[in-house]
Amino acid sequence: MNRIRAALDTSRLRNLMTSRRLIFTLLAVVAGALLLAPVASADLLSPESGGSPNADDIDTLYWFIFAVAAVVFVGVEGVLLYSIFKFKARKGAVPAQIRGNTRLEIGWTVGAAVILVILATLTFIKLDGIRNPPDSSANGLQLADTSRRLPPNGKSLNICVNGQQYIWRFTYAQDCKSGKNLGEPFSYEELVVPVDTTVTLDINAQDVAHAWWIPKLGGKMDAIPGYTNHTWFKIPGKLAGTTFFGQCAELCGRNHANMTARVKAVTPEQFTQWLNEQKANIKSAEEQGAAQRKQLQSGSTTNP
Amino acid sequence: MAATVEAPTTTVTPVPQVVAHKVDKPATGWVSWVTTTDHKRIGIMYLVLTFAFFLMGGVEALLIRLQLAVPNNDLLTPQTYNELFTMHGTTMIFLFVVPIMAGFGNYFVPLMIGARDMAFPKLNALSFWLLAAGGLVFYASVFFSPPECGWTCYSPLSDTEYLPSGGVDAWIFLIHLTGLSSLVGSINFYATIANMRAPGMGWGRLPLFVWAILTYSVLLILALPVIAAAVTLLLTDRHFGTNFYDASNGGSPLLWQHLFWFFGHPEVYIMVLPGFGIISEVLPVFARKPIFGYKAIAAATLVIAFLGLLVWAHHMFTTPSPSLVLIFFMMSSFLIAVPTGVKIFNWIATLWRGTIEYTTSLLFAVGFIGTFLIGGITGIFVAVFPVDWQLHDTYFVVAHFHYVLMGGAVFTIFSGLYYWFPKMSGRLLSEPLGKASFWFMLIGFHVTFLVQHSAGMEGMPRRIYEYSNTNDLAALNLISTIGAFILGFGILLTLINVLKSVKGGAVAGPDPWKANTLEWFTQSPPPVNNFDAVPRIRSVEPMKDIRRQIIAQTGAAEPAYMTAMEAGRLPNDGH
Repeated sequence: MNRIRAALDTSRLRNLMTSRRLIFTLLAVVAGALLLAPVASADLLSPESGGSPNADDIDTLYWFIFAVAAVVFVGVEGVLLYSIFKFKARKGAVPAQIRGNTRLEIGWTVGAAVILVILATLTFIKLDGIRNPPDSSANGLQLADTSRRLPPNGKSLNICVNGQQYIWRFTYAQDCKSGKNLGEPFSYEELVVPVDTTVTLDINAQDVAHAWWIPKLGGKMDAIPGYTNHTWFKIPGKLAGTTFFGQCAELCGRNHANMTARVKAVTPEQFTQWLNEQKANIKSAEEQGAAQRKQLQSGSTTNP
Repeated sequence: MAATVEAPTTTVTPVPQVVAHKVDKPATGWVSWVTTTDHKRIGIMYLVLTFAFFLMGGVEALLIRLQLAVPNNDLLTPQTYNELFTMHGTTMIFLFVVPIMAGFGNYFVPLMIGARDMAFPKLNALSFWLLAAGGLVFYASVFFSPPECGWTCYSPLSDTEYLPSGGVDAWIFLIHLTGLSSLVGSINFYATIANMRAPGMGWGRLPLFVWAILTYSVLLILALPVIAAAVTLLLTDRHFGTNFYDASNGGSPLLWQHLFWFFGHPEVYIMVLPGFGIISEVLPVFARKPIFGYKAIAAATLVIAFLGLLVWAHHMFTTPSPSLVLIFFMMSSFLIAVPTGVKIFNWIATLWRGTIEYTTSLLFAVGFIGTFLIGGITGIFVAVFPVDWQLHDTYFVVAHFHYVLMGGAVFTIFSGLYYWFPKMSGRLLSEPLGKASFWFMLIGFHVTFLVQHSAGMEGMPRRIYEYSNTNDLAALNLISTIGAFILGFGILLTLINVLKSVKGGAVAGPDPWKANTLEWFTQSPPPVNNFDAVPRIRSVEPMKDIRRQIIAQTGAAEPAYMTAMEAGRLPNDGH
């Protein structure tokens, strides 16, 4: 009776072994598919880039870190898996009663620290190109000097970005202090900018916190009531005519998902033309509004 | 009278001995549970309640994944969706991971240090009932209007102007009640560990899980008053006309973010350090080796806790901040990777040259190391603030913190559950079912969250109820949803396992794993008083010493009582 049970046990054990092998094969297939899928499709492994030098620099920095991370990942997971399979309990195996190894432990502590020093150094090398706006190119929009903390020569196209539930407002003004930019041309949702020109953004919000983010044009910056945040981008000339998409990245209420933004890159000439049209449109709309107001007011006074 | 005077007995025992003891019959019935001050019963109530919240949070997660399965889905309204992710995050953090660690701590800290109960049993009961009250207050809002501001509840969105309903207030009271519960519990843990250790158990012989609970308690004591103050200010902003967070009246929305994350980041270590402690107990037992570098692991726990208090603004890299601040918080976040890395290396070194038994508990522990490592590595990416400007508030971050919390906390909780269930119930969990559960959970987890890194980098922000069919978002999200259901099925298998085994599992006996620590020195489940006698502690592995001593005294290679108690043992454990 006992022997039969033992036999049953071993066959169950063998079944368990084969099913375990099956699981591992399955796991390998899934892992392989997960790793190969990104290779087939482009850019699943890194942030978006291509629209502005800061986005490109972030991408480069990302790949530096990725390279270091890949080595750490493969190394540590490799040793983990190796020890799991290699040191599985077997008949007669005796576990080594090791309680530590000071030299080894100091070694890997220092090793980890060295890796981080390398990553910090790489970050500092790339930081200037990401954080600080460069000058506009020679064929970009030529702008008057300003006294703002901007590109080295102080010239940029400044835009006031204002987040509101659930839309972005863009005011084409050098000074974004409230009251100062009244009467300047503006647009909603779609920002039109010239290529080859350094565009600096003054970002704020008028109700709740939002976050400005166009992935291909660089990182995101929060729009917080009471604060002005800054970022910049500079779209290369060959991308004139391209529209870049993005959306609010900070929870701002129920329609957070619908708070989208577009950035349309045009040539400097087209930009100047568009800006003038926009000014004229706004002016005529305001005049129409004023006329209507006057009509309504006079209507109300003539009808007592 | 002389007749009552008896002559001294002739058989003199060499040491004082308890010849008879009267033990009250353990009380039964639900009233006995409500009124109990026994740390084991309170521990079990903690575990059951928090696991119930885990299941609720899981259902909320599955609803979120259903909504996101296809682009432009209209299964849920934006309002319901926002309510769901707020409840999911809040439930998992405040009602599951933090208190379940207190549950394990409650049950096992006194047992592991050889105490008969916690230092303040009545306070212990209070902290459980405060937790229950917090959960009740929060979930009551389901019948009115749950909060919609996410678990971070950033101001100004959380002000009455934008969210006038009582949901945010319910959330505030949840923070107050669960916070008070954790504070009371932490003081209790600290007092217990500092004062009630068995004779001979110096700080250098404290089990690593107890070190972790001690650090958890200190971190809670340091971080919780800050969030309590922050939500109180929010409450007065909402109802009593103050303007702490209102920029248009001289307040600052960034103040909320600083206060919140000054608590919020230590909270991450509050959630994972006890899990690290569980792993440091489980690995040596199933590798049949002492833990590698006991002192290094204990020290790393303390260093992580200290550095954890200095990294909070890495959650705020996209706010208006000077470069120097960004650099400081990048460097401090880097630093914390060193002690964390040390722990991972020590765990792997513990497995190295051991004889590893593939129990479910061990599988979860190894699954934890492999998964948590990925969360740690992506943590480096988001610590580099220029890269974080792309990744912040996207699905990359969602993936990152699920690797840390699911990998770092949930897998360790499951490892602990399979390890300690026999002690708590006297029954073993089914190993085949447990292993199936592990594989479903591991595969489901990675299918769900690995692809989310890519979704984030393709431009998908967090907390959006719908997304358009651009890039690969449709495919990535569908994969993620499928993975979530695989993961959910795996968790269901463990639930079934627990329900089946609690009455019908194989009898465990006092020490089914041949473990190292003192909780295995008593019956399973332990009697109300835990131990009749507490041995003197001579090392970090008292049970090994006791086993050795018994063998030396009886001369038996395998003490008779041990073979008897190991009825439900696994095969291939090498004896």
